[in-house]
Amino acid sequence: MSTLEIKGLQVAVATENGFTDILRGVDLTIKSGETHAIMGPNGSGKSTLAYSIAGHPKYTITGGSVTLDGVDVLAMSVDERAKAGLFLAMQYPVEVPGVSVTNFLRTAATAIRGEAPKVRTWVGEVKEAMAALNMDSNFAERSVNEGFSGGEKKRHEILQLELLKPKIAILDETDSGLDVDALRIVSEGVNRVKANSDLGIMLITHYTRILRYIKPDFVHVFAAGKIVEEGGPELADKLEEKGYAEYTTA
Amino acid sequence: MSTLTSNYLAPTGREEAWRFTPLARTGGLLDSAVALESVNSIELRTSLAGVNLSVKTASDLPAISISEDSATIRARDFISEVTHIEIAKDANLSEPIILERRGLNGKPQASRTLITLGVNSHATLILVNTGNAILADEIEFDLASGSNLTFVSLQEWDSKAIHLGRQHAVVGKDATFNSIVVTVGGSLVRLLPTVDYSGPGSSADLQGLYFATDGQHLEHRLFVNHNVPNAKSRVNYKGALAGDKAHTVWIGDVYIRANAEGTDTYELNRNLLLSDGARADSVPNLEIETGEIVGAGHASTTGRFDDEQLFYLSSRGIPAELARRLVIRGFFAEIIGKIKSEEIENRLMDRIDSELAKVGA
Ligand SMILES: Nc1ncnc2c1ncn2[C@@H]1O[C@H](COP(=O)(O)OP(=O)(O)O)[C@@H](O)[C@H]1O
Ligand SMILES: [Mg+2]
Repeated sequence: MSTLEIKGLQVAVATENGFTDILRGVDLTIKSGETHAIMGPNGSGKSTLAYSIAGHPKYTITGGSVTLDGVDVLAMSVDERAKAGLFLAMQYPVEVPGVSVTNFLRTAATAIRGEAPKVRTWVGEVKEAMAALNMDSNFAERSVNEGFSGGEKKRHEILQLELLKPKIAILDETDSGLDVDALRIVSEGVNRVKANSDLGIMLITHYTRILRYIKPDFVHVFAAGKIVEEGGPELADKLEEKGYAEYTTA
Repeated sequence: MSTLTSNYLAPTGREEAWRFTPLARTGGLLDSAVALESVNSIELRTSLAGVNLSVKTASDLPAISISEDSATIRARDFISEVTHIEIAKDANLSEPIILERRGLNGKPQASRTLITLGVNSHATLILVNTGNAILADEIEFDLASGSNLTFVSLQEWDSKAIHLGRQHAVVGKDATFNSIVVTVGGSLVRLLPTVDYSGPGSSADLQGLYFATDGQHLEHRLFVNHNVPNAKSRVNYKGALAGDKAHTVWIGDVYIRANAEGTDTYELNRNLLLSDGARADSVPNLEIETGEIVGAGHASTTGRFDDEQLFYLSSRGIPAELARRLVIRGFFAEIIGKIKSEEIENRLMDRIDSELAKVGA
């Protein structure tokens, strides 16, 4: 049982004209087995929240705290956060030319598990996870994300989720750029991991579409750098109908 | 034959060809007051059927090309003997042939080698440059029609070595020349991989990798002379620089002559700056005298380490130092992978790791 606790989180980014505040006091607690949908208009700061928790150097924490089971996440280096059990499926996964998917996955799994996975079982594990996500086995030899289509990049993120088995996963617009079939496959992947490991999920999305496949327990509306309304799944239905207008004009 | 020639003019540094080179560090190789010792510096690690190495008097084996390079012109004046490596007609050598240096003594020396590929022969040669040297070195390649040569030269010199070299290929009809130049060692290395064609349907693929750290000057000046119709060339050089006063120079000259219809050429140079204080000069240059070509292009980029790549790998639990190593190995992988020798591939990857560790990058 794990708990990710975000309290009063304030984040700024450096721009030409000094620092710009993006997050203005975010409070959110995610426990194992819970799925929290974060929904908000473009530019409201959703990715900033995700990256700040993962430790992207571009973002400066100006206030608040983030803890995982009481341990200060913000004091950890990026790799330590992953080892502690946090995972970020990125909105725009990064291409790493010349580093094969196989090499990358094995290096990551070794780092997270603290020892190299046994070759025999590992190969099978990767194959099975790839097959479940409808990924061609030739992906393994390709360079990480290089020349992948949008959908392929997202599958590759969920493949890592399956193999690295984090405690809490942040999925940043995993649904964007996916056609209906890919959305179903990727969502099933997330649900499978959750069923097997009691994963806690922060599901960041602009649209309600993915919520038909991944059922949220809680829905949080995000606008101008903070959570402005919270509720159960029914809140998503309201957003579906009315959009974000009432939150952005306020 | 060790007489000083009267018509040699030492470069001043104002010449286009020498403007990037620190002439004060060329160890006397360009100094008209310094005599160079002629040395037959290349030997076969093991003898092989289909490969013949012999030493000939220089006048019996004249150079097959005109050189405009001062270092070569000067070296030729001192060369008394030439090493001749011949690959027999139709020989198909699947194993790489390893060439090593001998007789280098850290004093100013000159060496000339001719490598001849018989009609329809196939071979891979790997020249391993190690130790200390002050060497003006010329290697010519004569590729008969239908032959295929992969020539790898590894500059793994000791840190004080000085190497001014020319590697000139004459590529015959339907022949293929693959060059892979890897420069990681030496204090000053200046290499001229150059290509002429002697028949149509020929092709040249010039790949290179260099990694300069503190104070190293690594210079590669390429020249591909498309002087026949329907020939192809590809150039791809990748460099990394780290540490104070690391300096690399890459010049890529491609000329497409008026008669070179159907030419297909592309050249690329990419540099990765890993720290402040390093400098990468990159000058691609394409001159086209005919419009009847398949394609011609070039690109050159010099950039800093991509922090987004580092973040991505780290966010999967990979420690920053290992992530950096992965990214840099990945950057060079496409070049090193072409060498097709696991032993050398591993050795170079280890060398790159240790260069990185040395500069704490
Ligand atoms: N590096 C940056 N420099 C300047 N502004 C930024 C930077 N990153 C994000 N922003 C700004 O922060 C706001 C929130 O961006 P983001 O977190 O990407 O929003 P979302 O994911 O909700 O679309 C936007 O106004 C965006 O322009
Ligand atoms: Mg976003």
